[in-house]
Formats: sequence, structure tokens, C-alpha cells
Amino acid sequence: MDQWSGYLQLIVDGAFVTVQLTLMGCALALVMAFVAGLGRLSRFFALRAIATAYIEFFRGTSIFVQLFWAYFVLPLMGVPLSPFQAGVLALGLNVGAYGAEVVRGAIRSIPREQYEACTALNLGRWQRLRHVILPQAFVLMLPTFGNNAIELMKGTAVVSLISLSDMTFQAQVVRAQTGSTAVPFLTILVLYFLFATVLSSSIRGLERRLSRGLEGTRS
Amino acid sequence: MEWDWEFVFKILPGLGRGVLITIQATIIGTVIAMVVGLFFAILRRSTNRWISRPVGFFVDFVRGTPLLVQLYFLFYILPDIGILLPPLLAGVIGLGLHYGTYTAEVYRAGIDNVPRGQWEAAKAANLNAYQTWRHVIIPQAVPPMMPALANYFVAMFKETPLLAAITVLELMNEARSAANFYYRYLEPMTLVGVFFLVISVPSVVLLRWLEKRFGKVE
Repeated sequence: MDQWSGYLQLIVDGAFVTVQLTLMGCALALVMAFVAGLGRLSRFFALRAIATAYIEFFRGTSIFVQLFWAYFVLPLMGVPLSPFQAGVLALGLNVGAYGAEVVRGAIRSIPREQYEACTALNLGRWQRLRHVILPQAFVLMLPTFGNNAIELMKGTAVVSLISLSDMTFQAQVVRAQTGSTAVPFLTILVLYFLFATVLSSSIRGLERRLSRGLEGTRS
Repeated sequence: MEWDWEFVFKILPGLGRGVLITIQATIIGTVIAMVVGLFFAILRRSTNRWISRPVGFFVDFVRGTPLLVQLYFLFYILPDIGILLPPLLAGVIGLGLHYGTYTAEVYRAGIDNVPRGQWEAAKAANLNAYQTWRHVIIPQAVPPMMPALANYFVAMFKETPLLAAITVLELMNEARSAANFYYRYLEPMTLVGVFFLVISVPSVVLLRWLEKRFGKVE
């Protein structure tokens, strides 16, 4: 029994790394989603082209391939990254590309009248975006952002393959030391599922909170 | 570090073998996902709560946990209970199960999108269950599912490198072993990325076409 508590500690340590990666990856993904999503809607061709290239590039390959590329090839180009940095970078950029399409779709689904009303009120482009378009569009983005966050959380498992000691890595360690497979792997599966549930319910809560006062703006 | 074409040609045959396995895994995984997803969708619609609830929970559980861990689970657990599977087979079962939970949702949405009136009309025309599905529901439900299904199969194709973790010698694993053997990472890793881009970027065009042709669910 004593022995199991030690192994449990390993898994808990790994869970911390997984949570950290998820949170930092989500932060980077959120920033990238807005930068690239707004870039795709830009007036300037160059910005649109860069944003499109970024989105297609990162959606075209999996997190796993991008992670290995970031970890093994970037150092050769003079950008040495720790496994943790490579993990956050690959996860954030990958999921950010998916998020960018969500941002673009949500902003484009805001009806024309809202834009016309802004013109009538003589708001500038930035004011229009900040006070009228984004508050409405953000609520539309949230459900899909929630799914993207869960995909990112699931994606963190691949960092174990570049020897970052996340939950999956620690489960492998426990398996190697005890010879038991079912116990460590079932434990982490349940923990991953718990994280997914927490993510989706907190996004739902946020959605309820932010859609207050928006009744009637959506048809 | 310089790009070395000579090295590229040296490792190309190995990568070619990997590509074949990658394509195989995608096709078999797709077939499994389509069939398994149908079972999940039907069982989840069951009026018996002792069937629909556990299946619903299982689907949510599989969707909420990483494919990599599920692959490890299949690969290490099955031999413990006496089922010895070749890595590729364990891999495609994992892929098929994981994406089956996604296709199940597509089937569900597609079936729910058929208006109630169609069911009622089928009943009024005195069609039995088989005729209702065969001649009324499926012809209307399936076409709008096509874009979403295709989307998940492209996603599955991109996830096949994960099979490398359970020793399947697909493209990523061939590239990794070449990289470790010659201690050159630039070319193998870049070629893997280029290969996936070359397939998945044009598939975006195909997906747009499917969406235009069949409309969109969800």
C-alpha cells in the first residue's frame, strides 16, 4: 500500500505538468486565434496571406509531427527549446490555427445591421470591433473554443514522446516499475476525462455569464 | 545545418514503405470508424436506458481522453488478457474506436436533421422499419453527413503518426529511425511534415467542394 502512494505521487506530479501545459497552450492558442482570425479578415492582402498560410500549415499536420519538428529541427536552426517550451509552442500554434477559423466564422456571422449601426453612430474601426462586434462574436466562439481546449488537453499526451514527464510519461514509468498496466493507465484515463469535464463545464458557465444581456441580438 | 539532397534520396525508400503503412492504417481505420460509429449512434438512440446511458458515457469518455493513451492501453492490456495483436491491428482498432465516437455524433446529427414529418409520412404510408430507413431516412440523412465525415477522416490521417508510439513502422517511425541512425533530424522530420501537408492541404479543397455539393450538418 505504501508503495502505491509513491506511484500515485508520480502520477499527481505528471498531472501538474499536464495542467500547466494545457493552460499555457490555451493562452498561446487564444492569442494566435485572434491574431490569425482577425488577420484573415484584414483589409490588407499581405496580412490575409500570412494568416492563411499559418492556418493551413498548422491544420495540415498533426501536433505530433509539429512537436517533433520543433524539438529536433528548430535547435539546428539556432532556436534551442526545452521540451516544455517546444510542447507549449506546438500545442498553442496548432490549436490556435483551428481557433482562428472559429474567430473568423463568428465575426462574419454578426449581421450587417450591427456594422451599419456602428457607421450611423460614427464609431471608428477599433471601437466597432471592441464594443460592438467582439462582445457578440465572442459568445458564439465559446462552445467551439471549449472543444478546441479539450483537443489541446488531449494533445498534451504526445509531449511524453519527447521525454517531458507529463501524466502519460509517468504512467509509463509506473508501468515499467510495477509491471502493472491496467492500474496506471486506467487512472490517467479517468484523470484526463475529469480534466475534459472540468474544461467543458467551465466553458459552459462562462458562456452563460457572457451571454447575459445579449438576448434579442441573435435571431 | 544544410539541406542534403543525397541524404534525402538515401532515406526515401524507407519513408516510402512508411507511407504505404500510413495509408493502410488510414483506410482500415476509416472503415472501422464508420461501422463502429454506426453501432454507437444506434445504441445511443435506444429507448432502453440501460443501453443508451452506458454507451453515451463510453462515447463521451473516449472523446475526452487522448488517443495516445488509448493506444497504449490497447497495446499493453490486450496481451495481458491473452489477445496477441500485431501492432498495426491494435493501432487501427484504436484509431477506429476513437474516431468512431466522432462519426457517431455525425450520424446522430444527420438522423436528427431529418424532419419529423418524414417519419410520420413513412408511418402513414405503412412502411415497415426497414423500408422507412432504406427509402426515406437514409437517402435524406446521409448526403449532409459527407463533409463532416470526410473532415474526420482527414483528421484521422493526420493522427496516424501516433501509431509510431506503439511500434508500428509507419512514416513517422521510419523517419525517426532514419534520423536516429544517421543522426540527422532536419530532412526526415521535414519530409514527414511536407508529406502530410501535400495530402491535407488539397483535401481542404475537396472538403469545400463536398460542403457545396451536399450542404453542411452541425
